[in-house]
Amino acid sequence: MNRCPRRCRSPLGQAARSLYQLVTGSLSPDSVEDEFELSTVCHRPEGLEQLQEQTKFTRKELQVLYRGFKNECPSGIVNEENFKQIYSQFFPQGDSSTYATFLFNAFDTNHDGSVSFEDFVAGLSVILRGTVDDRLNWAFNLYDLNKDGCITKEEMLDIMKSIYDMMGKYTYPALREEAPREHVESFFQKMDRNKDGVVTIEEFMESCQKDENIMRSMQLFDNVI
Amino acid sequence: MAAGLATWLPFARAAAVGWLPLAQQPLPPAPGVKASRGDEVLVVNVSGRRFETWKNTLDRYPDTLLGSSEKEFFYDADSGEYFFDRDPDMFRHVLNFYRTGRLHCPRQECIQAFDEELAFYGLVPELVGDCCLEEYRDRKKENAERLAEDEEAEQAGDGPALPAGSSLRQRLWRAFENPHTSTSALVFYYVTGFFIAVSVIANVVETIPCRGSARRSSREQPCGERFPQAFFCMDTACVLIFTGEYLLRLFAAPSRCRFLRSVMSLIDVVAILPYYIGLLVPKNDDVSGAFVTLRVFRVFRIFKFSRHSQGLRILGYTLKSCASELGFLLFSLTMAIIIFATVMFYAEKGTNKTNFTSIPAAFWYTIVTMTTLGYGDMVPSTIAGKIFGSICSLSGVLVIALPVPVIVSNFSRIYHQNQRADKRRAQQKVRLARIRLAKSGTTNAFLQYKQNGGLEDSGSGEEQALCVRNRSAFEQQHHHLLHCLEKTTCHEFTDELTFSEALGAVSPGGRTSRSTSVSSQPVGPGSLLSSCCPRRAKRRAIRLANSTASVSRGSMQELDMLAGLRRSHAPQSRSSLNAKPHDSLDLNCDSRDFVAAIISIPTPPANTPDESQPSSPGGGGRAGSTLRNSSLGTPCLFPETVKISSL
Repeated sequence: MNRCPRRCRSPLGQAARSLYQLVTGSLSPDSVEDEFELSTVCHRPEGLEQLQEQTKFTRKELQVLYRGFKNECPSGIVNEENFKQIYSQFFPQGDSSTYATFLFNAFDTNHDGSVSFEDFVAGLSVILRGTVDDRLNWAFNLYDLNKDGCITKEEMLDIMKSIYDMMGKYTYPALREEAPREHVESFFQKMDRNKDGVVTIEEFMESCQKDENIMRSMQLFDNVI
Repeated sequence: MAAGLATWLPFARAAAVGWLPLAQQPLPPAPGVKASRGDEVLVVNVSGRRFETWKNTLDRYPDTLLGSSEKEFFYDADSGEYFFDRDPDMFRHVLNFYRTGRLHCPRQECIQAFDEELAFYGLVPELVGDCCLEEYRDRKKENAERLAEDEEAEQAGDGPALPAGSSLRQRLWRAFENPHTSTSALVFYYVTGFFIAVSVIANVVETIPCRGSARRSSREQPCGERFPQAFFCMDTACVLIFTGEYLLRLFAAPSRCRFLRSVMSLIDVVAILPYYIGLLVPKNDDVSGAFVTLRVFRVFRIFKFSRHSQGLRILGYTLKSCASELGFLLFSLTMAIIIFATVMFYAEKGTNKTNFTSIPAAFWYTIVTMTTLGYGDMVPSTIAGKIFGSICSLSGVLVIALPVPVIVSNFSRIYHQNQRADKRRAQQKVRLARIRLAKSGTTNAFLQYKQNGGLEDSGSGEEQALCVRNRSAFEQQHHHLLHCLEKTTCHEFTDELTFSEALGAVSPGGRTSRSTSVSSQPVGPGSLLSSCCPRRAKRRAIRLANSTASVSRGSMQELDMLAGLRRSHAPQSRSSLNAKPHDSLDLNCDSRDFVAAIISIPTPPANTPDESQPSSPGGGGRAGSTLRNSSLGTPCLFPETVKISSL
């Protein structure tokens, strides 16, 4: 039935075609073809040795990580929807989709809309095996939504709101509307040295290194993997 | 899914770095759980087929057998693997569940076997993946239905023997429901069937015109008016029988209210009521019109046949179960009828002397056309009428053809179900018989073992060894267990026949012509059940006596037992066995001869009277029980000439 694709685009041609099919009782073959989607692209990571060089994981750790990753995402990449879904499984009470988006953007270093195994492992390597400075750097990168090198109050407010969203409705004490804003204010008070309304990377690093709590909490990541 | 969670957890924890700088309080320290990496490969050996998988894979579902420490019970340290003595083909699916998170249902395996495997490995059936869930549920439902049928058949099925204490009512009800159980019930069944047929035929013949004699030849009379008395008598007879049957059923029904509400009883009532109403109502011209109408109901007697025919019942049941399809058919037909009748009416309105005088009048035309009958009494004459008429007939075919296959398939399914039920009932009987045989085999093995003196603590070791060497370790332990139970309860095991006979349930005019009647009272249930150890010897002897009687019924089992009895010589007889543990009883050795008398059944009758005489004073005459000897000179192999004297 594929006679003249161009001519058949016209509505008259289509009407004639459907009448012909009605009379002869033939099923239209085109609909069958249209249903075949392109199979998903399969992404393969670089070799194990290269990853070993690039990250601070051992060979075995990389193997374990990859096996889990491949099991979950046989195509080799994670897109934003999957990412959000995965992350939301850990926070059933609240809405973690916004924060997951921010995380996704932080992991997706080349900004191509998908997180491959290399991105994944690179991010994990920084967080879990990097120095304190590396981690703080990564966190700053996360907060800096437009990647312009400084955190504005609006960006911080977005981040803060997304974190508080993850808590959900049922908290003790009950969440107030202005809690994120207040939190942002206190954050800026602590971090913004020159009070210019934005926090740069240097200010951020400096303030964090001076903060006892933050430094102590860094050992959270010691035995995650 | 748990698999996903376990894999992504490290990532989620790493992502917490984003909260660090914002935290106003110090974050809690991480748990000391050393995420024990060193991911090792486990070997799971299922009936010889080795499956290897990562330990992490199995750990994904910690509430199952393989994911928890329960699998350590199956660990074989010598080979370093986990051994399961189960079906390896099914295990494949179970393991795939751990790997992919989806449990698939194998198509070619029995669904119950699959369920059992799931239960063993601790997997809940709800875990079956969506792709296989529907099929799994369907197959399970089908299986459950079939099993429910089995149970129903078992319960509703006629047990071969009613409990001895059944009342007349129960027996009557059983005779009604299962006519093939006794001859009288069968006779009754056929008689009622015959009378139903007679009644229906009489109704029909009543209306045939009989050639009257020449004098009344002005018009032909139906036979009913020519021979009113004959037909009235026949009708009366039929109604009497039906009434009697109905009342008997009402009396015998276990639940009268339910019986009154059942369909069959309603049919019965409708069948006989017009007659009585006709009797009561006086022959009045006003009422006779109604009276005539009532006679129409007599035709419902034909439905009484559904008790006799299973096919009719199936048909009725099918119609009931297809109620929705029938309803749909009716509804769509009504819609189409109304539409077409309207159209035809208005199309034919202009014609002179048209048949289509109104829309309801056009209904008749539409129905006849849609069902493609086409009587031709109403025919359109305009062109528009003809066009719409032809459309009407075409669409009629379609509308009717659609629900019919559904009804047909329903009928076929129910019919096959019924056939299957019959087949299964037959299978059940065989199975039950086999089970009964196996059970009695076990019991008799034990009894025979006892006869052979296996219970002797010390005994003529050689003979004992000969008799008992063929028992396996299992049997030995089993028999020891039964023996312990006997000792605990001060009762002994015996077999069914002897017990039922001892209860006095022997029917003299019963199945066999040979019988030994247990005459006097003390041998009845009282002595059997109320007495305990001191009377055991007597009871046992009586039981033995009864069991000899049962030999005459040709039961091979008893014959075996007695043959065993015979083989073992007197010193190892049962009474002597009990003489040892119960030395307090003054059983004299006469009881030994007593038993010997019984043993001699297969031997020529001449022996028995001699041996039985000396034993008359035995037992101190505790209870006068006389077992009458009924010696029948039958040509049969086992002449029964046992004269057992009182104890």
